Amino acid sequence: MAKKMAIIATKGTLDMAYPPFILASTAAALGYDVQVFFTFYGLQLLRKDLSDVKISPLANPAMPMPVPMPVMVQMLPGMESMATMMMKQKLAKHGVASLEELRDLCLEADVKFIACQMTVDLFEFDKSEFIDNVEYGGAATFMSFAGDTDICLFV
Amino acid sequence: MNFDKELNARGLSCPLPIVKTKKALVDMASGQILKVISTDTGSVKDMAAFAEQTGNALVAQEEVGGEFVFYMKKG
Repeated sequence: MAKKMAIIATKGTLDMAYPPFILASTAAALGYDVQVFFTFYGLQLLRKDLSDVKISPLANPAMPMPVPMPVMVQMLPGMESMATMMMKQKLAKHGVASLEELRDLCLEADVKFIACQMTVDLFEFDKSEFIDNVEYGGAATFMSFAGDTDICLFV
Repeated sequence: MNFDKELNARGLSCPLPIVKTKKALVDMASGQILKVISTDTGSVKDMAAFAEQTGNALVAQEEVGGEFVFYMKKG
């Protein structure tokens, strides 16, 4: 029987979007049966349009910066967009797949995406803005798979 | 070394060399050999780990001019 991996994806920023998609696509390539449960801000990673997924240098002191940047500068308007643009350029330059590409690879490999229904209700999200290959459910739905996994991660 | 199919994974970073290797193997027959060329340093350990976990055999590997070449025999 195939091994199983479950991931709970709770973050919706560019940097934190990568680990769930990288691990899920890799595990699927290794023959794992994989499910990812997207909850709270993680739901943003299921949008058809991922262009709003950004990275902020603010409150992110470990983020390597080309030049040291005081917090007072990081909070200026436009800094978030600039950091996002620079990060995307860096990712592309190093041959790291885009989020869209990784997400497609996951779906192609039959990774199952579950969106937290409670979060959808809480933030009044419009389901039509999310990709089609998503199942909606709650914690119990996730547990029925997660309880039986070899690897279970919270991101 | 003879091979049946070649995958150019130059310039790609983790996890693409592994994921694309898996995809390339899908429509190959058992016993056929896939040649993978990668420039990702991490792929040296990852390819071995992939082979070990998927029942495919890494029959040979070499480093040629900064590129890593793998020969994966489908299990």
